[in-house]
Amino acid sequence: MSMNSVGRPTRPTLVATLPGAIPATLGGGRGLLQDEGLIFEREGWDSSGVDLPEPSQDASDLGDMVRAAPIGLPGLSEPEAMRHYVRLSQKNHAIDLALYPLGSCTMKHNPRLNEKMARLPGFADVHPLQPQSMVQGALELMDQLAHWLMTLTGMSAVAMSPKAGAHGELCGLLAIRAAHEARGDARKRVLVPTSAHGTNPATAAFVGYEVEEIAQTADGRVDIADLAAKLGPDVAAIMVTNPNTCGLFERDVIQIAELVHAAGAYFYCDGANFNAIVGRVRPGDLGVDAMHINLHKTFSTPHGGGGPGSGPVVLSAALAPFAPTPFVVKRGGSYELVEYREGEAAQAFGRLCAFHGQMGMYVRALSYMLSHGADGLKQVAEDAVLNANYIKARLSGVMSAAFEGPCMHEALFDDHWLEGTGITTLDFAKAMIDEGFHPMTMYFPLVVHGAMLIEPTETESKAELDRFCDVLLLLAGAAKAGDVERFKGAPFHAPTRRLDETLAARRPRLRWRPELSTNVAAE
Amino acid sequence: MRYLPLSPVDRSAMLGVIGAATIDDLFVDVPEAARRDQPVDLPFHQGELEVERALSAMAGRNRTAGQGPFFCGAGAYRHHVPATVDHIIQRSEFLTSYTPYQPEIAQGTLQYLFEFQTQVAALTGMDVANASMYDGSTATAEAVMMAARVTRRGKAVLSGGLHPHYARTAETLAKVAGVQVQRLDGAIDAEAAVLEAIDDDTACVVVQTPNLFGTVTDVTAIAAAAQAKGALLIVVVTEVVSLGLLKSPGEMGADIVVAEGQSIGNALNFGGPYVGLFAAREKYVRQMPGRLCGETVDADGRRGFVLTLSTREQHIRRDKATSNICTNSGLCALAFTIHMSLLGEVGLRKLAAINHAKARDLRDGLMGVPGVEILTERFFNEIAIRVPTNAAALVETLAGQGILAGVPVSRLSPKGGMDDVLLLCATETTTSSDIAALVAALKGAF
Repeated sequence: MSMNSVGRPTRPTLVATLPGAIPATLGGGRGLLQDEGLIFEREGWDSSGVDLPEPSQDASDLGDMVRAAPIGLPGLSEPEAMRHYVRLSQKNHAIDLALYPLGSCTMKHNPRLNEKMARLPGFADVHPLQPQSMVQGALELMDQLAHWLMTLTGMSAVAMSPKAGAHGELCGLLAIRAAHEARGDARKRVLVPTSAHGTNPATAAFVGYEVEEIAQTADGRVDIADLAAKLGPDVAAIMVTNPNTCGLFERDVIQIAELVHAAGAYFYCDGANFNAIVGRVRPGDLGVDAMHINLHKTFSTPHGGGGPGSGPVVLSAALAPFAPTPFVVKRGGSYELVEYREGEAAQAFGRLCAFHGQMGMYVRALSYMLSHGADGLKQVAEDAVLNANYIKARLSGVMSAAFEGPCMHEALFDDHWLEGTGITTLDFAKAMIDEGFHPMTMYFPLVVHGAMLIEPTETESKAELDRFCDVLLLLAGAAKAGDVERFKGAPFHAPTRRLDETLAARRPRLRWRPELSTNVAAE
Repeated sequence: MRYLPLSPVDRSAMLGVIGAATIDDLFVDVPEAARRDQPVDLPFHQGELEVERALSAMAGRNRTAGQGPFFCGAGAYRHHVPATVDHIIQRSEFLTSYTPYQPEIAQGTLQYLFEFQTQVAALTGMDVANASMYDGSTATAEAVMMAARVTRRGKAVLSGGLHPHYARTAETLAKVAGVQVQRLDGAIDAEAAVLEAIDDDTACVVVQTPNLFGTVTDVTAIAAAAQAKGALLIVVVTEVVSLGLLKSPGEMGADIVVAEGQSIGNALNFGGPYVGLFAAREKYVRQMPGRLCGETVDADGRRGFVLTLSTREQHIRRDKATSNICTNSGLCALAFTIHMSLLGEVGLRKLAAINHAKARDLRDGLMGVPGVEILTERFFNEIAIRVPTNAAALVETLAGQGILAGVPVSRLSPKGGMDDVLLLCATETTTSSDIAALVAALKGAF
């Protein structure tokens, strides 16, 4: 049966095992890691992994519009395609492999039930422009998800269509702009704390506002005095992340809302960190006027290597009339899509995308919500906060926490503890890769020197957290003991060594070209 | 709860390490007035079986495209996606990874993005493409903003053949950014009308081919004329399979090409998630929105890939960024890339030829229906017809008979004066019996 039992059991022989003594492989592969080129570098582009019948008619009616020149698209048979992409996949870190503690990104477990539900033909094989009588189940799902989002946040309305967090910010600011304009009170400035996500100032500028920064206090919160000084009749809104990007709850949030409202401005909350408080705190009780919810963070829809996301925006009663089209309303026993600026949408600020938003993500998010329920979601927030505080407690003796007191769902450290070692936050992060962990978020937020922002999420077990903390403490010990090479050259054990990002930007190669296909290192 | 690994014993041990008596001690910064001890008023947790039952019931209340004759297009297309595609995109390493900010452990994602960019550039006939946008409509809005940055002009002219939802999406964004939008009236075949609207302040003209009504347009002359007046030509493609049969926008002189990539690799999904394609001439690359993947080398001199030119982006440039976009459509782009790799040039050309042939079959069938007027002369896989009744009511009637007969123009443009115009699409999934059923139903409908 087994090939290994034909009289030749293996037994390790004693050879040198120092890294430098390991001979390089001859063909480029390294054990399970295959050396895999680009699809464009294969011989024979005329293969295909699909079998199609002959067309019933020709294209003679298209005349000179027919594409004559070669397009430049190689084809792969099915087994070759499978192998190509599986080989690539093995070069990625993933939540399903190990802790992925990227602060602010909420890399939690993605339940596969949600994937299964999103692929039901009743959701996946439905066209967005079918008659509404033929999609009542889809509209019902949107309505139910909206109900959960409004109830969890304590807000009056929700705009479902934004396709990601930044798209949600756009939605919120456009609603705010429309609300001001409806009063004939066009305003110019948006206030954003220094610690904000880059998308906040980018969005404000994108829709034509001037951005002004608000200072931060020594304990990592919005400086109320600075806010009060900068508020004025030309301020349209403040954009505050809460819990904020330092992983701290804005203690004075109600006072912030009052100050903002007294100045005739609106309170936009960046809801990227809603997972820390879901089920325990309703943003509506804090005076928030608009907040996007990243379904791909708090409600576990997969990040997919950078997307797709989904960013519905909950709105206060003051902003609700300006929500974009389309939205779902229930009339009598049936659901209806309001798609144009009429009736209840007469004041809608416009449209954010072609159809109704990220239906595939709505299904996954509702599947997750129904699974957890109101009780489970509250536990989600509590365990996320507990896990972060546990990491903070275990590491604080060796690494320097940026702020005193309990954190919310993520623990922030600065690089003070690395002073004198010659090792930077970046080096430390790359050494974590060698140990099998994804690095934490680095150099963000900008208000903390050499920031290391660790977000474990609630789906990590105590055993995994302990393993992580044990390894970080060992690494920290090595850093302080002067084992500089371990950090400066890291990673040594990843599929790729440290990459030259400067070269990539100085000499952009953004696509494969035949003449540049080999010997890149020669330049 | 099945998604939460901590046990009550773990929790109390961890609180001990932290030095907190209860979990409430960790929420002390929340103002008292906003603290909730009790769960919100929503149902409690349920098992997999119960959740599956509830969601399946909702799914069962939708008519699926595969359930019977189906002719809807207008920006979203039903195509067959090979089983391999969905299998690969569900691999943990692709599904549960983040944006590849740590390239040493994200080469899988980065290499497919590089392949994706190369495929999109080839397909559109352009120099460079980015790593995807949310969808075709938001890509169009971003293209208009980019043209305004490049030309430093303040007006955009949108063709009447542009999908009305795309036009509305672009208008919504342009308006607040101070870009004036001139949108021409819907017309079956009049893309060149944009030229008359160009003035000294026009940043771009936006033309869709095949357009909303299915009309295929050679934009070569439009490109030359627009560029002669200092405006950029943005070409929009909503049905990307068409590029397997039709001259590419790049060949015809486009400056920016945006497209909806859903047709390749991605399901209808009731409108999302989809994948926006964004390609441009090389000289404009630093004004492009979105992520770009580029080639470089590692410390050992081996080739690798990284996200690059990020000084355009929000996380570096904040309020000076070219766009606020962060998340894109990574996994949908992967689906696109796998499907395109399986097709290859040979497969894509054949798929496109089949789509076109099916649409000719559909047109031939409809020509035999008294009262139906074919409006689209030169088409790929979509046509517009005039019916002797209200098109939306007709669609509703036929839906009752099990046939989804297409998209009435009034659904997209309620005040466009085209209440009797219906858009129909045929793809490789359309059978001759589907067409026969439609023709028979139409003959009995008026």
